[in-house]
Order: sequence, then C-alpha cells, then structure tokens
Amino acid sequence: MAPRFESVQQVRDGLKAVNYLADDGIAGVAFLADRLGKPILVEGPAGTGKTQLAKSIAEMTGARLIRLQCYEGLDESKALYEWNYKKQLLRIQADKNSDSWSDVHDDIFGDEFLLTRPLLEAITAEEPVVLLIDEVDRVEVETEALLLEILSEYQVSIPELGTITAKQIPMVFLTSNNTRELSEALKRRCLFLHVDYPQMDREKEIVLTKVEGITEMLADQIARIVRSIRQLDLKKAPSVSETLDWARTLVLLGLETIDAEQAKETLHVLLKYQTDIAKAAKELSID
Amino acid sequence: MLDLLSGFIVELRNAGLPVSLTENLDAMTAISHIPLEDREAFKYALGATLVKNHAHWRSFETVFEVYFSLRGPEYSITDGDGDGSIDDFLRQMQDAQMKGEGNGGAGGMDQLTPEELMNILMNALMNGDQAMMRALARQAVQRFAGMEPGRPVGGTYYLYRTLRNLDLDGMSDKMMEASRQEVGGELTKLEERLERDEYNHRIEQFKQEVEAEIRRRLVADRGAEAMAKTLRKPLPEDVEFMHASRDEMQNLKKALQPLTRKLAAKLARKRRHGRKGPLDFRNTVRHSLAYGGVPAEPKFKYPRPAKPELIVVADISGSVAAFARFTLMLVYALSNQFSKVRAFVFIDGIDEVTEYFKKTEDVSEAIQRINTEADVIWVDGHSDYGHAFEVFWEKWGKEINPKSSVILLGDARNNYHASQAWVIKEMKQKARKVYWLNPEPRSYWNTGDSIVGEYGVHTDGVFECRNLRQLEAFVEKLA
Repeated sequence: MAPRFESVQQVRDGLKAVNYLADDGIAGVAFLADRLGKPILVEGPAGTGKTQLAKSIAEMTGARLIRLQCYEGLDESKALYEWNYKKQLLRIQADKNSDSWSDVHDDIFGDEFLLTRPLLEAITAEEPVVLLIDEVDRVEVETEALLLEILSEYQVSIPELGTITAKQIPMVFLTSNNTRELSEALKRRCLFLHVDYPQMDREKEIVLTKVEGITEMLADQIARIVRSIRQLDLKKAPSVSETLDWARTLVLLGLETIDAEQAKETLHVLLKYQTDIAKAAKELSID
Repeated sequence: MLDLLSGFIVELRNAGLPVSLTENLDAMTAISHIPLEDREAFKYALGATLVKNHAHWRSFETVFEVYFSLRGPEYSITDGDGDGSIDDFLRQMQDAQMKGEGNGGAGGMDQLTPEELMNILMNALMNGDQAMMRALARQAVQRFAGMEPGRPVGGTYYLYRTLRNLDLDGMSDKMMEASRQEVGGELTKLEERLERDEYNHRIEQFKQEVEAEIRRRLVADRGAEAMAKTLRKPLPEDVEFMHASRDEMQNLKKALQPLTRKLAAKLARKRRHGRKGPLDFRNTVRHSLAYGGVPAEPKFKYPRPAKPELIVVADISGSVAAFARFTLMLVYALSNQFSKVRAFVFIDGIDEVTEYFKKTEDVSEAIQRINTEADVIWVDGHSDYGHAFEVFWEKWGKEINPKSSVILLGDARNNYHASQAWVIKEMKQKARKVYWLNPEPRSYWNTGDSIVGEYGVHTDGVFECRNLRQLEAFVEKLA
C-alpha cells in the first residue's frame, strides 16, 4: 500500500490546513506511524488535543473516523463483534422443516448475522479509515488483551468464521490519560507520543487560529499569562482547551488587551478549583 | 550506524529503561524512513519507538545528547567560533582585545571584555535571539569554564564555574530594570510578573545551552561511553529519598502527582472488584422467581470492606525528614481512600499534626507548617523513639482501635536511648495492623544505633522504602 504521507513537513502542513498546529514530535510520529504501519499511543494531560489529533488526521486524509470510547466493563461484544441472536432465532424458526441442520448451522453463522462493532468495522472498511480508541486506560488490564491482535496483525479471529484480515491498514490512535500503567504488551506494539502543554509561541498560534476575531496582542498576553499560571503548583493546570475558552470569553467581552482586573474576573474560566483561582490571583498580584 | 545505535540502546538499558528486542528492531526500521540529517526527526523517531513512559524521557534525552550531539554539521566543534555574525563580532572583539593588550597593559582589557560580553548577552536575552544565545553559550564556556582535556572533573563543576562568572541572577534584575525604562515608568504588577517569567524562561534556556555545550566538549574529550556513564542518573522512581538532591526532589514531587492519581484509581478498583462473598440466599430466591422458582442465577454477597483508618507516626529529624515529608504527602493525596487519616510527627517529643492538613487543601503548605510549627523537641532535638512512643501511648493510645492501621516511619536510629519497644507490642494488640517503613537500605538495619529489629518483631512487617517504587508497592498493599 502506498504511504499516505511524503514527508514530515507534509504532515505538518496538512494538519495546519485543518487548523491543528503540530510540533515536530507530533508530526514526526504521525509520519512514522504511517510508514511503519503501527498504532500511536498518545499520552498526556487532559485537554491537550490528543483526541483532536486523531480527528484532524482523519479530516486531513479524508478518511472516516471510527471511534471506540473505552470504559470500565467494555467487552468483546461491544468492542469487536456480536452475533445477532434474535435474527438467528428468527432464521431458525422461519423454515423449521425445509433445511437440514448443517445448512442452518452454516447459514446462521454467516456475515448476515454478524453485528460489527468499532474494531471489526475499522478492519473491514473498504474506504480509508482512522480508528480512534479513546481513553484506553479506562479498561481493565484483562480487556486490553482484546486489542492486541488487532493492533499488531490488523486482524480479528472469530471462531465460527475464521480470521478476518484488514483490507487496508488503518491509522490507529490510542489515547490515555495515564490513570494507570498500560501493559507492556500493549505499549510494545505502539509508537509512543507524549503530548504536553505547548510552548508559549505555539499556544499563541493555536489561540490565533482557533479563536476568531482575536487580536495578536491579546493572544500574546493570554499565552504569557497561561504560561505563568502553569508554573504555579496547582491542583489542575489550565489545559489548552481551557485557554481557548478563556480567549473566546475575552473576545466576547470585546477586549483588545487585558489588564489585571479583567483577568481576575474571568479567571474562573481558566481554573476550576477555588483554591487554584485564589492562588493564581495572588501570585499574579491581581487580587 | 548500526554499532552506534546498539551502543546507544545498551546505554539506555543501563540507565534503567526497559527496551525490548522488538522495540529495538522498530527503532532500526523507523530511522530508515527518516532523513538522517534532520536531527530533531531522528530524535523523535528513536523516542517514539524506544521510550514508552514519559517519566523516562529525560534520561533518554541525556543519553541521546551524549551519543548523537557530535553528529550534524551545526554542532561541529571548531574552537570557539564557527558560524553566524555574532561570532564574527566576538572575533573582532577578541582582536580588539589583543590590540588593547598591545597598547596598554593586559589587566585592564581583560576586565573589560567580560562586561561587554555580558552586555551582548543581556541584549540577546532581552530580544530572545536564539542563535545569538547559542553562540554566546559557546563563547562563555570556552572563556570561563577552563576546561582541560583529560581532567577528571564532572560536568557540573564546569557548569558552576561558567555560571558563576556570568551572574545570571543579577542579569534578571537588570533586565527588569531595562524593560521598565523602555516603557518609561512603572509596569503594572501583572506586567512585571509576566516579564519576569519571560526572562527567567530565557535565562533557563541559556543555561541549558551552556550545559549542552559543556557536555559536547566533554564527549569530544572522553568519548560517548565514558560520558554516558558519568551522566547516568537514576529514574525518578528509583531516586533514594535519603540522598536526593534538590533537583531530584523537585522531580520526585512532580512524579508524585500522577502516581497518586494512579494509585487512587487502582485502590478504588480493587475495592470494588475481585471480592466474592458467600451465597446471598435471599437475593438468589428473589431472582429465581423469574425462572419459575429454579435458582438459575446464583447471587453472591459482595462484602463492602470498610475503608481502613490510618495513623501515621513519622520521625522528622534531619536524616529522614525528606522521606517523612514524602510519605505524608502521598498519604494525604490518597486520603479519600481511607476513612480517616491522623498524622503525628516526632523527633524526641511528639505532636499531632492532623489539624494542619485539615485546614488547608494544599498539602505542601501543610508540610511547610509542620516543619515550622509542630512541637517536636523535648530535650535536645536528637531522635528519641522511645520517649516519643511512650508519650504517644499515654496521650493517644486509647484512640487506637481494631479498625486502625498504624504506620511508623523512621530509620529507628535511637541515639542509644531506651527503646520502649513494649509500646509497639501493646499497639499491635489493639490495632488492625502495625507497619514500619524504613528508608535505609536493608543492609544498614540494626547496625550502629539502629534498633529497627527490636521494634520490628512486634510489627506486622518492616518494609524497606528507599524510593518511590517501593513506597508505591507498599501503599497498594495497605488499602
């Protein structure tokens, strides 16, 4: 199969065209994942654009995004495939007398009675797809094993049907908020990408591209204030999405520059704990 | 290239990173897709395939710097000045200096040049000029570090010498002054704070440049392997509490936060799952009605174990203070996993500090207050476990009940006082569990004035807790 991307620079430009500003690491790893045909495990604090990365790659390559949201208790029948029991039952009852047992048996375990779930769907898709396995750290360690076959071989084994192999290798993204250590087996099969809070310059760029009608001056101030706040010892540091919310708030208020008083009044958009807000206000000497 | 890469991977393993064979192969394949002259891309290709834990990234970076910093045209070491106009400028300055020496006495010009260098540096920092900062770092190292080939001195020594000469702390103030003048008047407090952060950030960048430059020169002198060996640092989870430097302590603190999140999730999960109780007869009969009275679906009782109550008694004398602070932080970060947490600290006197944690949400602030306010000195401020335990028993012994687990923290170096080990024995009889955590390596136990064995026999277990990894393992066991 032909590679999707020519060079790292192309990935970066392509992502920029869909309003995702990638740094060297992100673009480089995405490029490699395509070349090596390996999934990417994206890890980092909440709200730094991990999920958005997968969406943007899908948008950029014109692929369909298939998303599997992980949660505790996720199992095979919700992630991989399930037999449509009701339909099978109907099929058996529909012509009780005509068919021999072996006909019915072959028939009810056919494609028609298989309900595909996200993972199988991604494998069997004809058109290009991007598979996003979101918050993979939420499933139990045992459930992780479900993913291993599909991640390394791009195939799913169904006992009644045999092995279904991918028609084309999809781009796969796994995201994790790192609430628990993922198993070695899973990590080994993936490329690892840590997405951290962006550098100040990049954050400013992000604000400029994502928030309409913002002045460069204001974006610069916002990025600088957020950087200072992140250096404090807070319960929850402001994420990129919160920075964007804050920027939008300020634009809606019709501000072109921000002073201490206005910053203090809108700080609650950026920080979600009262103690954090108090601390930030005090540290920036704006209370 | 292959040799170099396998050397690199061996060094990563030596530094403690778990690199498997498949990952090794992946890395080899990955770099074949990357243009080798693109150093950043090369680094990320290796990083993505070899490092699967963000906490290990720093170690990876260090090893990478050592092994690959010399390769690449822009990093070639020509003595001092290579590229860029600033270097030309500096050369001119050096020429001028030479002339000056010719004309009028060596001393005066020698004094002057560093000052001019400082001025250029300040300008570069104020404008955030990266290229100039790099050139200046190179110049500064050449000039001030006084590096000699083959001298068996660590990189930190050279770093110290260079930075001492540059006086970067003073620089920050000067820069603030300059930007105040630029605006013409006073900055608002917010602006001032932002400017200062910006400058500190740039100075930090400059320091890193200097450090990298020193490292480059050392590698050129000694070879990558030897250098990697001296730079090898333990991973955050392997740093020993008792010998952690200030930097390492900072890193430990950072590592603690994600760790508590992980532990809390794990403990909550553990409590919910994997505990099958006896058959719930009533529930089974109730559900059997759906099957016409056939108990097709047996139901079980899921016992809800009460959250344990925790009593932490910590020695906070100098030798083990860092460890005690750390454990208290961890315990309090996890406090919603326990029904109640009480904390006591002692040196030779003992004091309850539970209140400090209650009053504030900020654990580090509470720790700060413990250090300054807790009343823990009775006679001379040397550890006296015996007396502390005795007082504890007298005052709070009644409050220990079968629900409470007691954790004793300390190295049990009792300065040859009486041990009063009977307190622990009594405690054991009343409490659910009594554990002792010792930050010393096992081989030091019961040597000198350490009497951990004497206390240990009465507890449910004495655990060696030298680093974060061991502490984590213990907490998991506890809940």
